Amino acid sequence: MKQKISFSLLRATFAAVALMLVAATSAQAELLIRITEGADSAIPVSVVPFAENGNMPAGDKLSSIVQADLAMSGEFRPLPPEKMLSLPSRRSEVYFRDWRLLGQRYVLVGELTREGDRIQARYELFDVNREERILGETAAAPASNMRSLAHHVSDKVYEAITGVKGAFSTKLAYVTLDMSNGEPRYRLEVSDIDGKRARVRLQSKEPILSPAWSPDGKKLAYVSFETGKPVIFVHELSTGQRTKVADFPGLNSAPAWSADGQSLLMTLSKDGNAEIYQMNLQSRKVTKLTNHWAIDTEAVWDSEGKGIFFTSDRSGGPQIYYMAKPGAEPRRITFGSRYNARPRPDNTGNYVYYVHQRDQAFHIARTNLKNDEETILTRTESDETPSVSPNGRMLIYATKHNGESVLTVVSADGGAAYSLPASEGDVRDPAWGPIVR
Amino acid sequence: MKLSAQTKVIALLFSAGLFAGCSTTGESMDEGGYDSDVAAIDQDGGSTVYGGDDQGGISSSAMTEEERMQARKQAEQEALRDITTFYFDFDTSEIKPEARDVLMAHARYLADNPRQNVRLEGHADERGSKEYNLALGERRANAVQRFLIVNGASRGQMETVSYGEEKPAVMGSSESAWAQNRRVELVFE
Repeated sequence: MKQKISFSLLRATFAAVALMLVAATSAQAELLIRITEGADSAIPVSVVPFAENGNMPAGDKLSSIVQADLAMSGEFRPLPPEKMLSLPSRRSEVYFRDWRLLGQRYVLVGELTREGDRIQARYELFDVNREERILGETAAAPASNMRSLAHHVSDKVYEAITGVKGAFSTKLAYVTLDMSNGEPRYRLEVSDIDGKRARVRLQSKEPILSPAWSPDGKKLAYVSFETGKPVIFVHELSTGQRTKVADFPGLNSAPAWSADGQSLLMTLSKDGNAEIYQMNLQSRKVTKLTNHWAIDTEAVWDSEGKGIFFTSDRSGGPQIYYMAKPGAEPRRITFGSRYNARPRPDNTGNYVYYVHQRDQAFHIARTNLKNDEETILTRTESDETPSVSPNGRMLIYATKHNGESVLTVVSADGGAAYSLPASEGDVRDPAWGPIVR
Repeated sequence: MKLSAQTKVIALLFSAGLFAGCSTTGESMDEGGYDSDVAAIDQDGGSTVYGGDDQGGISSSAMTEEERMQARKQAEQEALRDITTFYFDFDTSEIKPEARDVLMAHARYLADNPRQNVRLEGHADERGSKEYNLALGERRANAVQRFLIVNGASRGQMETVSYGEEKPAVMGSSESAWAQNRRVELVFE
């Protein structure tokens, strides 16, 4: 017991020293993607390996990345290239009868051309049954940025088929905990949504949590314990510049951006109890939005940016509430069990996702806001921190797998899943970034 | 210095014959398992100084008896204060009945030593949502703080911080790990 004292003093002393910013370019161990199950209703699609003109960069082929993206969404079932009867790269080479025979609904073909230090992609998507081209485009990117080009193609294909914007070019922020050196190393990382191109943005010996993307995708707000208590920072990703925005006595936590990027919702307990506030980031002025003896936290704007969802235990246990406008009388949303927390609405305004306790297990569930119907989406049992993709089609959350914390992505209806276990240590607290044009 | 204080406590414990009730591992996790002898304290002012000059031989045996009582009480108080972690049920911040005597002993000690500061670290188990757990950890720390204030400590001696579910005492996802992680730790500075 007594020894603990000196340890915690040591911890506090070193925390400031140990904290360091890591350059945005530093490479980091990538998350490994593991598809755990597919949806039965997945659409059969063929991504034919692209023809190549000139020197191509080493690494994954563009078509393999596109194929993996589409599979990852859970909405598509790509045909393995070795089962294809031909490998066309332009319309004149596409024999629709062959693709129908293979049970394919869509075929993507294309070619890549090296132009100096850039790669140009020309690609076409065909509807097999109607024998029609539904997408034709060229796009280019630096040769070093093949993955971005591939995710762009995935977005276009996804949108052409589903009518919904793709989210493959978006980013994930999450926190890893590495205990491999005997002491904790918390790292705030940003990666592609397939876990590739992970970069460490902040490393600390003290916990980092609740990363939240600014609407333009250029900043992260988060909670860091680097000073020994929870404090909210805003971190500009391109420069690494960090600003301490909330350091009141007590809790400074659960940051969430407004749609205009000018203010943050946050939880402060400076008046003795966890309440929700809105902070104007220019003036740093805070306005109190709840006033109740219970815990009020985890506030987030609704899809229209008018009302606020939050967690409150004013009924005895945590439940989801909704204020139609800041400061309005809250209305309780969840009734299905005694523990519902951490609401995250989707972009359509139709659903709110949250942590839901059923029996002894914690799942992610969603409520249809039009008819109040609740659906449990996950079969894993220690689930937390749901974050919805900006197109409302996928959901990422943290759960346990073989005793380690992993991120799992499911389609928003719970149908398909893949997980992103960290190659080292635990990974938690995912936040899905916005679509940036 | 810490070591010598600890040695003293142990010596006192031995002299008072109370050692059996105290875990030596520092992991006295059995909630409510405090020895009933140790918990039975019904006297205020545990700060009584003893061991003055033992002059006056009128009733030396009675004096020794009194001294022994005082030593015992002091040892009991110190033994109680060896416990610095307090546990909670899931999603509650209610102080358990079996924690009260120990917290009273801490409150008295703080009241008697106004320059002693303590940091109250609130924690939650890993289940449920992180941010809610952060608030829950704070509420637990606040509950302990209120109890200590009501029993004589002053607010200025205390600082609370919540780590939510971020710093479990025990790794793992079992009932027993969760029970040990839902806690408030008193860290004397």
